[in-house]
Amino acid sequence: MTSILLAQEFKSPTIEYAKVAPLLIVFGVAIVSVIAEAFLPRRFRYPTQVVLSLGSLAAALVVTVGLAGSKLLAAEGAIAIDGFTLFLWGTILVMSIISVLLLAERAVDGGVTAFAAQAAALPGTEAEREAQARRLEQTEVFPLFLFAVGGMLLFPAANDLLTMFVALEVLSLPLYLLCGLARRRRLLSQEAAMKYFLLGAFASAFFLYGMAMLYGFAGTISFSGIAAAIGAKTGVDGLLLAGTALVAVGLLFKIGAAPFHMWTPDVYQGAPTAITAFMAACTKIAAFGALLRLFYVALGAARWDWQPMIWVVAILTLGVGSVLALTQSDIKRMLAYSSIAHAGFLLIGFVGVRDHISANTSAILFYLAAYGFATIGAFAVVTLVRDASGEATHLSRWVGLGKRSPIVASVMALFLLAFAGIPLTSGFMGKWAVFSAAWQGGAWPLVVIGVVASVVAAFFYVRVIVLMFFSEPAAEGPTVAVPSVFTSVAVAVGVAATVVLGLMPEPLLQLAARAAQLVG
Amino acid sequence: MNLYVPILVLLLLGGGFAVVSAVAGSLMGPKRWNRAKVDSYECGIEPTPQPAGGGRFPVKYYITAMLFIIFDIEIIFLFPWAVAFDQMALFGLVEMVLFIVTVFVAYAYVWRRGGLEWD
Repeated sequence: MTSILLAQEFKSPTIEYAKVAPLLIVFGVAIVSVIAEAFLPRRFRYPTQVVLSLGSLAAALVVTVGLAGSKLLAAEGAIAIDGFTLFLWGTILVMSIISVLLLAERAVDGGVTAFAAQAAALPGTEAEREAQARRLEQTEVFPLFLFAVGGMLLFPAANDLLTMFVALEVLSLPLYLLCGLARRRRLLSQEAAMKYFLLGAFASAFFLYGMAMLYGFAGTISFSGIAAAIGAKTGVDGLLLAGTALVAVGLLFKIGAAPFHMWTPDVYQGAPTAITAFMAACTKIAAFGALLRLFYVALGAARWDWQPMIWVVAILTLGVGSVLALTQSDIKRMLAYSSIAHAGFLLIGFVGVRDHISANTSAILFYLAAYGFATIGAFAVVTLVRDASGEATHLSRWVGLGKRSPIVASVMALFLLAFAGIPLTSGFMGKWAVFSAAWQGGAWPLVVIGVVASVVAAFFYVRVIVLMFFSEPAAEGPTVAVPSVFTSVAVAVGVAATVVLGLMPEPLLQLAARAAQLVG
Repeated sequence: MNLYVPILVLLLLGGGFAVVSAVAGSLMGPKRWNRAKVDSYECGIEPTPQPAGGGRFPVKYYITAMLFIIFDIEIIFLFPWAVAFDQMALFGLVEMVLFIVTVFVAYAYVWRRGGLEWD
């Protein structure tokens, strides 16, 4: 009988602290920010949290830029630091900085943030009215936000199944909470949080079950180990097929691909708009990063097995996103279906691959950056169009906005044109890159469907533009709030990125091309 | 197959203990019913009457329970470290201190927010 003595084999792991410094900075400051929340007097909390969040994200961004050119497996192979990771880290950190600006906005809602005065006070009760009257603010959103960003940084860098699962949970749990913290329309917000939590937990369980099956198949959790096991297998392996399908469910849920998209409209509509912007941009970026790394590095050799499945998902996603967006009467729901459609375009780029993944990877990286900037900008504009009950999100309220405030309406129109993929905007370059990569990868039927879907999608974007500019404004329309410098900067960055990436995409395209190598 | 024998024995012992205690309790235990014993079991809160229209109900029990679980899990990690302390050397010590510090940050937050005050 063999006795098991684990302790005798212990060897101190080496952790490349300098290489994972962006993660350590974000998580470290998140913990400091919890301490600040616990010990600072109430009036100091908001300024301290804003400074801590912006400072840590900026520091992490600087360190990430300094890491350029790194290519190694850090922390005993658990974290892959390569061009792909660094590009995504940079993108996520820039988008997070813009999101913090939206989170910190106080000017549009009478001097308080858009988050619940006291999350524990039930909506419509005396306790809530008292908290509102005392102008309380729930500044816990900032540490929660930092933890979510940390999880998103780890997610696409994870190089084994367990690290990936931990990252998935670290990014998801704070997001569930953040969704439920809106100051206005709190029941809708809490409903969103509940739905997101229940469905997200369900999706995580699928992912976990898939992980267990892949481990059962390969006998290891490392991506390179799984790739080696696939290379050595003969014939069809049920564990591999089932495991692949189940982990795909978990990741496609986070991406918002059909048929796992059901949560997206409700959650995007109910969550505070700043959080919706953050989720729509950063969660999608992080989840696509993880999808690419898992499916290209670990399961790349089994491509013939999973490609048909992703084909079906991509077509469904495009159909659901484009067609159902047509019927929406709420701007946030419409943007949610639009984000589903964008997930479909990205999936075309992801699945249309024959021999070389680098063209597809760089196209997706570029698309994610272009889409992220426009998305945050569009949701930032949504926070500005308000009436007495908060944001006026119903499309009928947007009628004639171009007559009342031409600048805000023009900015929104620019973002919508970028979503539609009109030339000279970033959206066109993104779609072009993704479609051409998929075409070269032999997925021409998908590209044709993608083009048709873009035409359908263009219709509902243009419909909003027509509403804003070519209709007479209603008598008691919403007003456009004057934002502080925070939201102004967020919108300005979105506009600048959308225009610059549309006119001069070359520098970012080249950067994405250089970042397209994944270590494995 | 030998490796599985201890697990099987443990399984039998565990199952046997549960069955024996349940049966023995119902056969030998005194039966003095009162209102609390026939009420539905809810951890720490009055099951009825709930506040009409779903008002606030105390969650202090859950906070205490969650804190307990956090420290419970801390012990799960501390125990193997204590056993292999000499081999993990400085690295293990630093990692454990970091781990305990992060747990205590959560604890400090709960304490400062009044989560430890029962009334």
